[in-house]
Amino acid sequence: MSIMTYRQALRDTLGSEMRRDENVLLLGEEIGVFEGSYKITAGLLAEFGEKRVRDTPIAEEGFTGAAIGAAMLGLRPVVEIMTINFSLLALDQIVNHAAKIYGMFGGQARVPLVIRTPGGGGQQLGATHSQNIELYYAFVPGMKVVAPSNPADAKSLLLAAIRDDDPVLFLENLALYNMKGEVPDDDIPGEIGRAAVTRRGSDITVVAYSRMAAVALTVAERMAETDGVDIEVVDLRSLRPLDRETVVDSVRRTHCAVVVEDDWLTYGIGAEIAATISDGAFDWLDAPVRRVAMAEVPLPYAKTLETAALPSADDVTAAIRQTLASVGRRAGKDTP
Amino acid sequence: MAKRGPAVRKPPGQPGPVGEDATTDDSQLREFYRRMVFIRRFEERAARAYTQAEIGGYCHLNLGEEATVVGLMSALEPEDYLFTNYREHGYALARGVEPGRVMAELYGRRDGVSKGWGGSMHLFDGDARLLGGYGIVGGQLPLATGAALAVDYRGGDEAVACVMGDGTTNIGAFHESLNIAALWNLPVVYVVVNNGLGMGTTVEKASGEPELHRKAASYRMSSARVDGNDPVAVREAMLSALASARSGRPFLLEAVSSRLKGHSVVDPAKYRTREEVEALRTSDPVAALAFRLRGEGELTDEAITEIDAEATSAVAAAVAFAEASPHPAVDTLFDYTYATPVPNDSRRLPGEPLFEPAPLPRIGAHP
Repeated sequence: MSIMTYRQALRDTLGSEMRRDENVLLLGEEIGVFEGSYKITAGLLAEFGEKRVRDTPIAEEGFTGAAIGAAMLGLRPVVEIMTINFSLLALDQIVNHAAKIYGMFGGQARVPLVIRTPGGGGQQLGATHSQNIELYYAFVPGMKVVAPSNPADAKSLLLAAIRDDDPVLFLENLALYNMKGEVPDDDIPGEIGRAAVTRRGSDITVVAYSRMAAVALTVAERMAETDGVDIEVVDLRSLRPLDRETVVDSVRRTHCAVVVEDDWLTYGIGAEIAATISDGAFDWLDAPVRRVAMAEVPLPYAKTLETAALPSADDVTAAIRQTLASVGRRAGKDTP
Repeated sequence: MAKRGPAVRKPPGQPGPVGEDATTDDSQLREFYRRMVFIRRFEERAARAYTQAEIGGYCHLNLGEEATVVGLMSALEPEDYLFTNYREHGYALARGVEPGRVMAELYGRRDGVSKGWGGSMHLFDGDARLLGGYGIVGGQLPLATGAALAVDYRGGDEAVACVMGDGTTNIGAFHESLNIAALWNLPVVYVVVNNGLGMGTTVEKASGEPELHRKAASYRMSSARVDGNDPVAVREAMLSALASARSGRPFLLEAVSSRLKGHSVVDPAKYRTREEVEALRTSDPVAALAFRLRGEGELTDEAITEIDAEATSAVAAAVAFAEASPHPAVDTLFDYTYATPVPNDSRRLPGEPLFEPAPLPRIGAHP
C-alpha cells in the first residue's frame, strides 16, 4: 500500500498501462505539452512521446470518434475530455457509435475505449462547466460507466476500464483529485458492475457514487459520533451495469435509505436507485426513500447561490436524521 | 506493399474484384459492366422485397451510382479498409461480400452479414474489411480517421476509404475529421459521392461551396472531382487518391453521380421536375456503358442479355438464401451488449420484474 492522491493514482496507472501494452495511447486536449488541464497526464509526454500522448485540436467529436475508429482496429485509446460538459460535443460518437458498434454489427467489432472525464461543480465555473451529466451515458446499453470515489478505486477501475473490450466512460470529479488514500501497489483490476459497501451499518443505508460517496462516508463517520447512528454506505462505483443486488441487500437489512447524488433530482441516477429499492425491498422499507440532489437550476456563478444549489454534507446529515426520525428510530446513545 | 489482409472472396455467381485480373481496358470495362449490372439488379430486387415488406426499416439504394461504386471499389487493395454511410449495398457487393449474406441482412436474418442486428444501413464484414455502413450522417468520418490513425500508429501500408454523400460535407464531423487527418498525415481518402441531393435538398441550397471537393483547401488537403458516371475515370482518380493517402497525404475525392430514384425506396422524389427525371434517364451509367461497349463492338446484344440473365439469376439465388435463413432466435437478444462480460449486465425482458416477488410481508418481523 502507498498513500497517494486520486490524481497520482490515475497518473501512475496510465503510465503503468502504457508500459504494459503498447496499444494503449492517450488522446485529448492539452494532455501533452500542457500536461492536462488537471495535470493527470503530467510527465507522460516526456516518457512516451507524441505518438502515444497526442494533443488534439479542440474537436471533441473528431478526436473521440477517431479514438473509437482506432479502437475498432485494436488500439486501446484512453481519451481525456477536459470536463464532462464538453463530452456533449462528442455525444453522437459516444452514444450512436461507441456504444452501438459491437451490437449493431452482430459482435464483429469491439471498441476497447476509455473516456476519462471529470464532472462536478463547486468551483464557480458557472452553468456550462459544472454539470453532472454521467446519466446521459449510464442510460445507454453498450456503454459501461464507472465513477470511483477514492484513490484505490480510481486505480483499480482504471485498470479494469483500459483492459475491457467495451467503451467505458470513466467519471472523475474535480473535488476528488486532491483526495488522499491508500492505494494497493499491485496492478489488480477492479470489477466493473459491482458496488461496494464502504461502511457497514445497521440503522440506515446511504447510497451514493463519485464525490457524494466520499461525502457520505464522512457524514457516516461523523454521525456515528454525534448521533450515535450506525450508517451503512453503499458506493455504487459502477453506474452501468448497475449493481442493484448490493443496494437492495443493504436496504433489506437497514429498512430505510437515503440516496445522494450530485446531479439533478428529476430523472436522475437517484431516481433509478429509489425505483430499484421499491422493486426489491418494498416490503422491508419503513420509510419512503429520501433523495438528496442538486437544486434544479443551471448552476449559478455567485458563490452563495452555487453553494446553496449543490448538495452538501449538512444536507445529507439532515436527510438521514429526518428519515430516522420518521420511523421512530431516533437512534443515539440517549435513545431507549 | 504489405499484403496482410485476407483476400477478398469471390462468391459463386458474382464476378470477383476488378483490377488485378483485368488485363486490358476492354476486359476491364466488360468486367465493370458485369458488376454494375449486378448491383443494379440487386438493388431493384431489394426495392421489390421492400415493397413486399420482406425488408423493413429504411432502404437506401445505389441505383444510378453503380459506376462510382464499382470504380471506387476496384481501386482498393484487399487489405484496405472501407467505411461507408447507409447507402452501401453496392459497396459490400463490389467488395466481394456474398450477395446472399447481404440480402439476408436486409431480410433481418441470422445469416446476414451483421447477423440481422444491423439491417440495410449497417452492413459489416471484417474479411472484406468493410468496417461498417453507418446510419448517422457524418458518423463514419471520425471513425475512418481513427482507423487511419491505427494504421499509421502501427506503420502499416493500408489505406482507409471513407465514403459519404454530398450533404455530409456540411456537418461538423466532416471538418473535424479532415482537419485531424491533415494535421496527422493519415492514410485516408474521403470520398464524396455527390448525387446532387441530400434527401430532397439540392447541393446548391445546402452548401456555401457547392464545388464540394474545394472544401479540402481549408486543410491544405489535395482534392479532385471526377465524373462518377465513368467507372474508369473513377477508378483512376481513386488510385491516385489512395497513392496520396498511402504516402501520408490524405485526399478528398468528389465523384459527381446521380441518384436514379428517391432518397429511399419509399420516396417518390416529387421534388424533381419532369426535365430532371428525363435527364437522369439519359445519364444512367449502366445503360451508357452498355451503349458504349456495344458501339465499340466489345459486347453483342446476346452478351448483354447473358450478363443480365447471370445477374438476375445470382440475385435470385441471394434472395433464396435470405429467405431460407432463420430469423435470429430470441434467446440471442443479449449476446452483443458487451464484448467483455461483467456482473449485473441486465438480461431482463420488458415484462419481467427486476426482482423475484418478495415473500409475504413480514409485518413487525424486523426489529
